[in-house]
Amino acid sequence: MSLLPWFVVVWLFAVGLYGIVTSRDLIHQVICLTVIQSSTYVLLLAIGYRRGAAAPVFATLPSSSSAVDPVVQALALTDIVVEATVLALLLALTVQAGKRFGTIDPQQLHALRG
Amino acid sequence: MNAGQRQWFFGCSLAAFVGLLLWGVLGLPPLGHYRGPYGDAINQAVVAQRHATDAIAAVNFDYRGVDTIVEEFILFASVAGCTLLLRQQRDEEAGMARTRALEGRMGQTSAAVTALGLTLAVPVALLGWYVVTHGQLTPGGGFQGGTIMASGAVFLYLAGEYVTLRRLNPPPLLEVLEALGAGGYILIGFAGMATGAAFLQNVLPLGRVGQVNSAGTIWVISMSVGMEVAAAFVLLATEFMEQALDLRQRRRI
Amino acid sequence: MTDALQAATLVLAAAGGLAVVITRDVVRQALMMSLFGLLLAILFFAFQAPDVALSEIAVGTIVIPVLLLFTIAKVRNQEKER
Repeated sequence: MSLLPWFVVVWLFAVGLYGIVTSRDLIHQVICLTVIQSSTYVLLLAIGYRRGAAAPVFATLPSSSSAVDPVVQALALTDIVVEATVLALLLALTVQAGKRFGTIDPQQLHALRG
Repeated sequence: MNAGQRQWFFGCSLAAFVGLLLWGVLGLPPLGHYRGPYGDAINQAVVAQRHATDAIAAVNFDYRGVDTIVEEFILFASVAGCTLLLRQQRDEEAGMARTRALEGRMGQTSAAVTALGLTLAVPVALLGWYVVTHGQLTPGGGFQGGTIMASGAVFLYLAGEYVTLRRLNPPPLLEVLEALGAGGYILIGFAGMATGAAFLQNVLPLGRVGQVNSAGTIWVISMSVGMEVAAAFVLLATEFMEQALDLRQRRRI
Repeated sequence: MTDALQAATLVLAAAGGLAVVITRDVVRQALMMSLFGLLLAILFFAFQAPDVALSEIAVGTIVIPVLLLFTIAKVRNQEKER
């Protein structure tokens, strides 16, 4: 159990990378990139986790009790929102590529230098 | 390089990379044995120092505030790039003529979807507002709440009310809101300097722990970020919706 | 109990990631993506991160699928025109 999160992190990264390399569709490729990104969230949260600790919200919790690391959670949560806008930018580029080159298959795009 | 060679090459490099990654992560302390001093330090100090009960919001908007400014400007730049790329290719019909043209292209939305979309939109937007304003007390804050508020607007679009809303011409208003949200964050930072403290230092009165407007600048920054994120996502949905509608017209011709 | 929940969500998230990648039809993939987002959100809850889970639910299950579906509609029609 104590090693499982690390295996899941590596697995998600590798699977996403495999998807990007074998992809025949730019939209598919963009989605695979978000799978890779999600592996970093799992890594961050697993690093900050402490067994038996509570979430770092002290509204009902006395501030002396043990809680998990809030710093990694802050990093992950801003990145999830920023990730969505970066994804939108990549999708806009996909639309543009489809318009310019008539295909969104990355393996045919290389022949059509823009 | 042909496809076969490429896959073979990828397989080898992936194996090497996964090996390296495994070697790296297996050196980490086992799950549940957190060692770092920073999280504990913040957890000990946050309620006394900042009067905020959600340590994550305090880290985001205060302890690591400068970091969040950079994150926010990544968001700002992506949205600007998106609108730049998508608007360039829109055709020339302008204003009301275009709205009327789009009306014909919308197609029929099922009555059930319309009813559900219209019913959900306002409660969802209100929930988003609640999440933004209570960010320093309970889980939430500008980023999450802003996204939820934007989902309310997306429900209206999905309900088939896009053309009705378009008459209000949302993009210019949304752009102003987005810019105000992004600029507001920086201005709050300068407010610290104006009073002789450091950039982004928490100079506002902290209030009583548990109050909605407690925690000084954390609360104000959270509102400003919420406004920016909500405007950004509604703007993105609008731009992509316009794209999706553009093509229906061509299909008909 | 917590351990079992965490292990289960981790395994589900790993399976979800694989499912997203091997779905080649992009419309189905957009729906798989939203399911994967939900699985990740439950995983984040199990790791005591309610803020992150909130963010993932809003982004992963609403914003990303909607943007994806609009893009797919646009691109499919560009292809049809040719």
